[in-house]
Amino acid sequence: MSSNSDVGRMERSLRDRRDEGAKLLVVYVTGGFEGWEAAVETAAAAGADAIEIGIPFSDPVMDGPVIQAASEIALGSGATPASVLAAVPHLDTGIPHAVMTYYNLAHNPGHERFASTLADSGVDAAILPDLPFVESGPWREAAGEAGVETILLAAPTTPDDRLPELCAASSGFVYAVGLLGVTGERSTLASTATEIAKRCKSVTDKPVLTGVGIGSPEQAVEASEVADGVIIGSAVVRQLLDGHGADGVGELVASYRTALDAG
Amino acid sequence: MVMIDPSKEGRFGEFGGRFVPETLIPACEELEAAFRDAWADPAFVEEFHRILTDYGGRPSPLTECYRLSEQLGVRVLLKREDLNHTGSHKINNVIGQALLARRMGKSRLVAETGAGQHGVATATAAALLDMECKVYMGEVDVDRQELNVFRMNLLGAEVEAVSSGSRTLKDAVNEALRDWVATVENTHYCLGSVMGPHPYPWMVRTFHHVIGDEAHEQCLKLVKRVPDVVVACVGGGSNAAGIFSGFADSEARLVGVEPAGGAAVGRGVPGVVHGMASYLMQDEVGQVQEAESISAGLDYPGVGPEHAYLSSVGRAEYPSVTDQEVVEAFQLLCKTEGIIPALESAHALAWVVREAEALRDQVVLLNLSGRGDKDVDQMMEVLGTGDTQ
Repeated sequence: MSSNSDVGRMERSLRDRRDEGAKLLVVYVTGGFEGWEAAVETAAAAGADAIEIGIPFSDPVMDGPVIQAASEIALGSGATPASVLAAVPHLDTGIPHAVMTYYNLAHNPGHERFASTLADSGVDAAILPDLPFVESGPWREAAGEAGVETILLAAPTTPDDRLPELCAASSGFVYAVGLLGVTGERSTLASTATEIAKRCKSVTDKPVLTGVGIGSPEQAVEASEVADGVIIGSAVVRQLLDGHGADGVGELVASYRTALDAG
Repeated sequence: MVMIDPSKEGRFGEFGGRFVPETLIPACEELEAAFRDAWADPAFVEEFHRILTDYGGRPSPLTECYRLSEQLGVRVLLKREDLNHTGSHKINNVIGQALLARRMGKSRLVAETGAGQHGVATATAAALLDMECKVYMGEVDVDRQELNVFRMNLLGAEVEAVSSGSRTLKDAVNEALRDWVATVENTHYCLGSVMGPHPYPWMVRTFHHVIGDEAHEQCLKLVKRVPDVVVACVGGGSNAAGIFSGFADSEARLVGVEPAGGAAVGRGVPGVVHGMASYLMQDEVGQVQEAESISAGLDYPGVGPEHAYLSSVGRAEYPSVTDQEVVEAFQLLCKTEGIIPALESAHALAWVVREAEALRDQVVLLNLSGRGDKDVDQMMEVLGTGDTQ
């Protein structure tokens, strides 16, 4: 798996940035929410290394109140997987794109069709938080065939005996879930965030990014002392929910970038 | 054998599995191991049955409905789960899960509830075993089941109204899952139906097996054979799974009755939500649809994976009935037998009434899963106080 020909654009790009000495910053934006395309482009310009585009789902069990609210609003305004994916090829970012959504939206059209739709839309990777490693085999096979990487979540509760397998199966990067809980900012960084990142790093040389619960640039720096970088989502989406638009997102992402670069 | 243990991966045929965030996978594995261990331990099984007997009121009787049978031309026998403590079959499952949670060293229970029956049962078990309890209930259901909310409070449980999504049962499940993701170290999710990730569908059916076992024995005693038909209502499908499990290997026809506005099996579209692959009401791209039924307890767009399996192999059938048919059946049982059924259970009777001609002279065993006291307010609104003749 380590030969470069097997590695997709997401992983290659993040490895390159890591090799340059950068701490990685992945930014989540809820697709279909008013102004999301501009927010994605601004985030890229402000220093994101990759973008996670949420395809809103009716029952987002891994998401906290902020992303839930944005998803409901996006669905209410008519967002569909097709409408979100149709916009992706037109995004001017120059960095890899992942989609983050829930498994039924891949199951409904069928693995092959969903994977090829992602690939055709210029999506490099997929994150399906309710498709855990143990159930992910058939999807990963179809996604791999289509050239789509599957980013798996490693949780603080994942046992040591499964972690190496899980990290080996993940492609793009390894998503280290920072705490026991759903997405959303927290006032302090959970101790679990460093522990899980450390455990992942000890069994894989793939990029390990910590997400869920990152609430400030300071926490991002703290988390990145062990991890290769962080994923921020709710803080970004809150800017959109509060009406600060792409400019608000740009300022927020820049503040994380600056902090991470300063270390 | 039809209703056997699921595969190692928790599958009934192609249905079931464990589609939950990675965080919960170890908890599901731990639960499965604890359940296997407990169920093989005679002391655990004995305590479970002792509580169901001394506290829950089991065995529940089998009631022959003389007047109703004469009117329909069908011999109707009711399995009286409505007479259990807390007023429904739900107590079987919660006693089992609460004992298991205690055995696993968990001190807190979370649960989802639709009509409130499972919430009340969980709050009851938590009080009995001195555990903390939080129940998630959709805002819509909190409004239409005010009395059950107060009951849960009386029993010491905290009820949180869920305002996301369709604000009904499916959203309460989402919120309970979110709670569990964050609290898994000290909390057991006391899931209320034969749904969710493995081992829940299998474990919950096992705790309700007692319904089918008792009914089988009672039928042999009363009619000297198994009934021609075994019928039960299906939302998630726990009471149906319980009674079906006593007859799956017999000649009896198994019928699970869904509400017309929540006919997951009836529509037959496979999907994945709430930890399981099953049949799921969804739109053309896969967004989960909101179920709509007169009974909060059946307002669920999915169904337990074993029911999807039983349907796919042709062992059980899953017709649906309309709210109107349910209201008529509800009144019929009140008038002919002096039994006020839960609106959920009235779905099963509505099917018998509609099919009475085809069922003529047959013996039909109907699982009366709950009593209707909780629905009286709602029926007053539906019928009007002066229009019950």
